[in-house]
Amino acid sequence: MDTKWIEKTVDRYGRDKTRLMDILIEMQQEKGYIPSDTLPVIARLTGISQAWVEQTVSFYHFFRREPSGRYAVFLNNSVVANMMGREKVARAFEEETGCRFGEVSEDGLIGLFDTSCIGMSDQEPAALINGKVFTRLTPFRVREIVRNMRAGKPVEELSTSGYGGGSNALPLIRAEVRNNIQRKGLLLEENYETGTVLREKLRLLTPEEVIWEVKLSELRGRGGAGFPTGLKWEFCRRAKGEKKYIFCNADEGEPGTFKDRVLLTEYPGLVFEGMTLAAYAVGASEGILYIRYEYKYLERYLNHVLEEMRKKNLLGKNIAGIEGFDFDIRLQYGAGAYVCGEESALLESAEGKRGEPRFKPPFPVEKGYLGRPTIINNVETLCSAVKILYFGSEWYRTMGTEDSRGTKVLSISGDCRYPGIYELEWGYTVNDILDMAGADEVQAVQVGGPSGTLISPEEFSRIICYKDLATGGSFIIFNNHRDILRDVVHNFMEFFIDESCGSCVPCRNMPWLLKQKLEKILNGHGVWKDLEDLEKWPAIMKINRCGLGQTAANPVITSLRNFRALYEEKIQKGRSFDEGFDLEKAVEESCEVVGRIPLI
Amino acid sequence: MNEFITITIDDQEIKARPGEYIVAAARRNGIYIPTLCNMPGVHPAGSCRICTVYVNGRPMTSCTTPVAEGMEIETRSSDLEDFRRSVVELLFIEGNHFCPACEKSGNCELQALGYRLEMMAPRYPYQFPERDIDASWPKLIKDHNRCVLCKRCIRTILDEEGHHIFAFRYRGHNLQITIDPEYGKNLTDELAEKAAKNCPVGSLLYRGKHGFETPIGQRKYDKEPIGSDVEKLKKVKVS
Repeated sequence: MDTKWIEKTVDRYGRDKTRLMDILIEMQQEKGYIPSDTLPVIARLTGISQAWVEQTVSFYHFFRREPSGRYAVFLNNSVVANMMGREKVARAFEEETGCRFGEVSEDGLIGLFDTSCIGMSDQEPAALINGKVFTRLTPFRVREIVRNMRAGKPVEELSTSGYGGGSNALPLIRAEVRNNIQRKGLLLEENYETGTVLREKLRLLTPEEVIWEVKLSELRGRGGAGFPTGLKWEFCRRAKGEKKYIFCNADEGEPGTFKDRVLLTEYPGLVFEGMTLAAYAVGASEGILYIRYEYKYLERYLNHVLEEMRKKNLLGKNIAGIEGFDFDIRLQYGAGAYVCGEESALLESAEGKRGEPRFKPPFPVEKGYLGRPTIINNVETLCSAVKILYFGSEWYRTMGTEDSRGTKVLSISGDCRYPGIYELEWGYTVNDILDMAGADEVQAVQVGGPSGTLISPEEFSRIICYKDLATGGSFIIFNNHRDILRDVVHNFMEFFIDESCGSCVPCRNMPWLLKQKLEKILNGHGVWKDLEDLEKWPAIMKINRCGLGQTAANPVITSLRNFRALYEEKIQKGRSFDEGFDLEKAVEESCEVVGRIPLI
Repeated sequence: MNEFITITIDDQEIKARPGEYIVAAARRNGIYIPTLCNMPGVHPAGSCRICTVYVNGRPMTSCTTPVAEGMEIETRSSDLEDFRRSVVELLFIEGNHFCPACEKSGNCELQALGYRLEMMAPRYPYQFPERDIDASWPKLIKDHNRCVLCKRCIRTILDEEGHHIFAFRYRGHNLQITIDPEYGKNLTDELAEKAAKNCPVGSLLYRGKHGFETPIGQRKYDKEPIGSDVEKLKKVKVS
């Protein structure tokens, strides 16, 4: 094995174990997998044990331990992908390549793998092939793509589909991804020039005044939890520490969410300006955009935008001519783990470790990245902060509702005519939104992704705001033809099983047990007691450490609350016990082999 | 600065040292909060969740939460007790725990908690997972069937330079403990024995010892329930 090459890579990151993610991502990209014999070399050079390296490698979905094909296809298996015809696309891939999902074709050319939501819910079915995004797949296109793979074409030339609109067509991106911006508000309007706030406003304001303005606006975190942004900045400003960090959380992994993708594609300058603004407010010198691996196709473009900002003195030393204001930003890619969207898991990951949430206190504002005071804000939160400074908090407060000021960017997908990005003032009802998106015969809406709530038409007059229906942005519509339990709830439970870090006992086990129960009911073996169990068992989820664990039973909890009839019609009436399995059927095959009639 | 701060545990005012964890403050005052992954003096993991209590009404793990002046802590509500029993049940059904055949029986904290929390048959179905026994190490046997993934071995068994000998592998439902190939081979008797001792269950066994030297029936938790040592402190104080 060529250890020189590994050495070079590890050296490039200063043999720093906290940069293990970057080192492994480079290995993965170069070789297509992470060969076992690289682990001891990486371990030796970074000064950690080999088991410790493997701990990180084995945690992330996109780090492969075996060769995964010269073309590695990761086909999204989210609920929306299934609704839009994933099954046929998957079958076409299997037929054309001659291998099953989870396998590599015999000639080692093509590997087929499942993956959780890749942030393309408005253009499913979608797949990542060697990091490149392919959307709106059909069996026809699959045959075409596989044919091109066999012809040995580079991944850029596999598709005959044109590039998506806006920046997606730029030479640095060249993706067939579409923005689908359906409705614009103060974030998505185009007549703002990046850097205006840094250049024109900051020199007139002290950091405290910036924080004050954000506090006055009552801006709350847009990732879903809704913590007051100004307060977070104030805590971090007050925290003692020689060095402070600004993180932007661009790990959006909640199935059905894709707004950060669009913000980063069309308004990356605004995002970076928001980070710089936060840096000024809290006194931070380094910024890190933690971005999910699924958005690797944006890497060159985002780095280019950063470079342009440096040239314009919007990053670097004495930013915008403000003496002593030094700040710069780098990208940190993840490698496929939903839980890393949880802020403390994100920090662990950024430090090169498995993405296991930390316990709090201490909070990141006191002890965050590398133990130093750290702000972690959502992409959309940071964009909003810039606009608040630009237009003033008073104006910002005129939008939205009493407890939810300003606007929210929703990612709308599923059964509707106009899926895409909608920037709305807080306070619209679900009915309003369904109307906007062109959705008819709606049976249910999933607000806030799998960790959110599944609501029925009786609740469509509820409003989107923190107090009523809080959401990080995911809004998935299901029409009357969908089988809610089989297509939606079951899929969501599989998602949580795949994505748990496994540290807390309830989160490691309960989603699995709930899925088994659900399958028992779906297979016609359910009895009344099973519904009781489904009702009682999830209570323990509230003692899990992080937001993922605490909400991982929500698909069952909320569907049982709002669609109980669907469960009741599937259980056996007049039977109080069913072991959940058919003994006769289980021994059928062996009886046939030995030629015996079962004595049951 | 005052040497002590005042907190309330189950309506009883107690003195705690600033910075110490709730579970430690409770222990010193003779209040037993069941724990499993926790080890006094070792950086907490907060992973088993058994020690969850309500702190000012919010569920928090008492092994990871430092005390603060005026904290009101509830350790004994019926739902908390049910959560604790649930966690123990989940650990029993997730692995393969056959107490009568286990070297650790009587010294096993999981078993002792099962008794103490009055676990009867688990309400959840046994999963009977297929797991390996790794007997390839010179000083240790790692039985994955019995592992509760408490991270004690990860946290406490390091070499002199701070290299981790144990680590997690995979995630979620597939999570398991691995042993570093290099360090595992060269593990000293001292560390191997420590690893086996720190393991709350019989998942790590030291090869230098016989499992049944002390007969079952005469072991630590055969004599008195887990937590008795803590509660004795209180009895002494009261009298």
